[in-house]
Amino acid sequence: AQFVFEAALHGLLKLDTPIPNAPLARWQRKAKESGGPVPSPATALSPMKPANRSHSSSKTPSKTPGKSGSKIQNTPTKAGGDRYIPNRSTMQMEMANFLLTKENDPAEESPTKKEQQKAWAVNLNGFDIEEAKILRLSGKPQNAPEGYQNNLKVLYSQNMTPGSSRKNGRYIPSMPERILDAPDIRNDYYLNLIDWSSRNFLAVALDNSVYLWNHTTGEIIQLLQMEHPDDYVSSVSWIKEGNYLAVGTSNAEVQLWDIQQQKRLRNMTSHSSRVGSLSWNSYILSSGARTGHIHHHDVRVAEHHVATLAGHTQEVCGLKWSPDGRYLASGGNDNLVNIWPCTQGDSGEFAPVQTFTQHQGAVKAVAWCPWQSNVLATGGGTSDRHIRIWNVCSGSCLSAVDAHSQVCSILWSTNYKEFISGHGFAQNQLVIWKYPTMAKVTELRGHTARVLNLTMSPDGATVASAAADETLRLWCCFEMDPIKKKEKEKANSAKSSIIHQGIR
Amino acid sequence: MAKQLGRDQQGITLRGSAEIVAEFFSYGINSILYQRGIYPPETFTRVQKYGLTLLVTTDPELKSYLNNVVEQMREWLYKCIVQRLVVVISSIENSEVLERWQFDIECDKTAKEESAPREKSQKAIQDEIRSVIRQITATVTFLPLLETACAFDLLIYTDKDLAVPEKWEESGPQFIANSEEVRLRSFTTTIHKVNSTVAYKKDSFP
Repeated sequence: AQFVFEAALHGLLKLDTPIPNAPLARWQRKAKESGGPVPSPATALSPMKPANRSHSSSKTPSKTPGKSGSKIQNTPTKAGGDRYIPNRSTMQMEMANFLLTKENDPAEESPTKKEQQKAWAVNLNGFDIEEAKILRLSGKPQNAPEGYQNNLKVLYSQNMTPGSSRKNGRYIPSMPERILDAPDIRNDYYLNLIDWSSRNFLAVALDNSVYLWNHTTGEIIQLLQMEHPDDYVSSVSWIKEGNYLAVGTSNAEVQLWDIQQQKRLRNMTSHSSRVGSLSWNSYILSSGARTGHIHHHDVRVAEHHVATLAGHTQEVCGLKWSPDGRYLASGGNDNLVNIWPCTQGDSGEFAPVQTFTQHQGAVKAVAWCPWQSNVLATGGGTSDRHIRIWNVCSGSCLSAVDAHSQVCSILWSTNYKEFISGHGFAQNQLVIWKYPTMAKVTELRGHTARVLNLTMSPDGATVASAAADETLRLWCCFEMDPIKKKEKEKANSAKSSIIHQGIR
Repeated sequence: MAKQLGRDQQGITLRGSAEIVAEFFSYGINSILYQRGIYPPETFTRVQKYGLTLLVTTDPELKSYLNNVVEQMREWLYKCIVQRLVVVISSIENSEVLERWQFDIECDKTAKEESAPREKSQKAIQDEIRSVIRQITATVTFLPLLETACAFDLLIYTDKDLAVPEKWEESGPQFIANSEEVRLRSFTTTIHKVNSTVAYKKDSFP
């Protein structure tokens, strides 16, 4: 028996046998850590966790509710290495310092610790999680029928639809007639960066400059550049005659430029945030801003700010006067469409004659029908994706169609009873619809990123689309048949001659 | 006994506040079910509420299921014993939790003793609720697509000593393993305050 004792003594005194019950060597500890799974239960305890991005999720100390877990943070391990290479960015200096300097033994939970944790839990959750009971209503409701695929993917994107069996009445080229470069164009859904004048100039706002492209000659002029590098142009709109261009900027200015002389005529300030939308009604220029306010400017007088329309609580991204100048339609980021009269009401204040709330997304696409008065088309953003046609006098929605994709712009054709809409994810296409049947005539594909704006040439034959892929594509989709064109011109001239005869 | 809240009155009573919050949950849950595609969109119809056009379900079973919950919530809100309502969206095939909508409720318990209604206009509360619902609709722009068919569950966090009513059973919290979280707006009736957050499963690819 004494030999056992002696052997034990020897064992203790010898330094080269492995020591039982010793803490593991650092490299052994690390190997064990990288092998074993990190046992943290789902840390998605919402009230406490700040909405931070992914890289912080494995490193923030996970405070498990009410659980008396150890507070020591697992340091990120390097795979299998036995030399510890410090990584400063992933180290938590404060944590390390705290752990080194605190006095209590962290392994054992002292009663005060438990109290503290409980107090924290109550503070952060608003109640003691331990004390809360979680109840679930039993008897699950009927799930959606068997055949139902979760159609979110279909809801928010659209796959290529097979070509319609009915032949198109006319030939619409599927390729654009021309592609122009639009470098640095701002990929912001809420801005209106292109417009085509009646004198055939296409104005394009590229970040802080505005360029004019002459469709007839093809030449490009840089009209203006913002002084401050951080400012940008947020909207452009031509006056009906095509000699003045209104420019809305990010620093809340509305500028008026003379094209012939390439000079700025006026700089109208009245807004307090960026001016994302503009619309002309003879000499009245209406501007919509990020605050939701719409201002009317009389550009002929010094005191230009003649009226304020407050009907939106978020950015006004769609703004259009009707062709007869009686109504102004405005669409905002608050999902509302307001129809404003051209004159003030009895109280002297402007109030909308109609407000449409059916859209579930921002309404940027707003367009009046040129051949039917009081008919308005609107399109909703990503959350909505519907195109709606309204009669603004009665306030009824004449039709609604699901476009399956964010609608950025709608334009009615003056040559055919159709309208065209521009879309985003997933196909970035332009769709031509027949009115009033709402049947798809064709889809124009080509853009590789979402379409932002549409505008039409003065003859109504070409549509220009600006997209986030930094290109402008010109589509000859509403080209009039030359025979029909001659007939139309004849009809127009015939009318005027009859009037002439009548006056004799 | 708290009085019934008249629609044109300015004051908010405890019962009125419970009613407002319960109604919000009813429309909020319907919006979530529509926007996340849990049920076919054709089964939803539009109604006007809070000055918005909202979508509510027409399916009778689902309607009665939701009504049960809302009734119960109203009662518990009145007694100030409910702390949280959670809508859990999980995949049907593998029961994995994909999304978790959490509505925290803070109840001002002193309102139980008071008999005078509190000052807050209906319109102000409606505006706040409208912002929250609009935010729920707008979340579709960043929430990951739910590719598979999903089912939803409603969890309610109550005080521990509450007697479990029939039709209800106890449950776990059903957290999401690796989640990203976004805080939404909150609204308050001065008696109840509701904070909303949505947690979703982080995409497996970077």
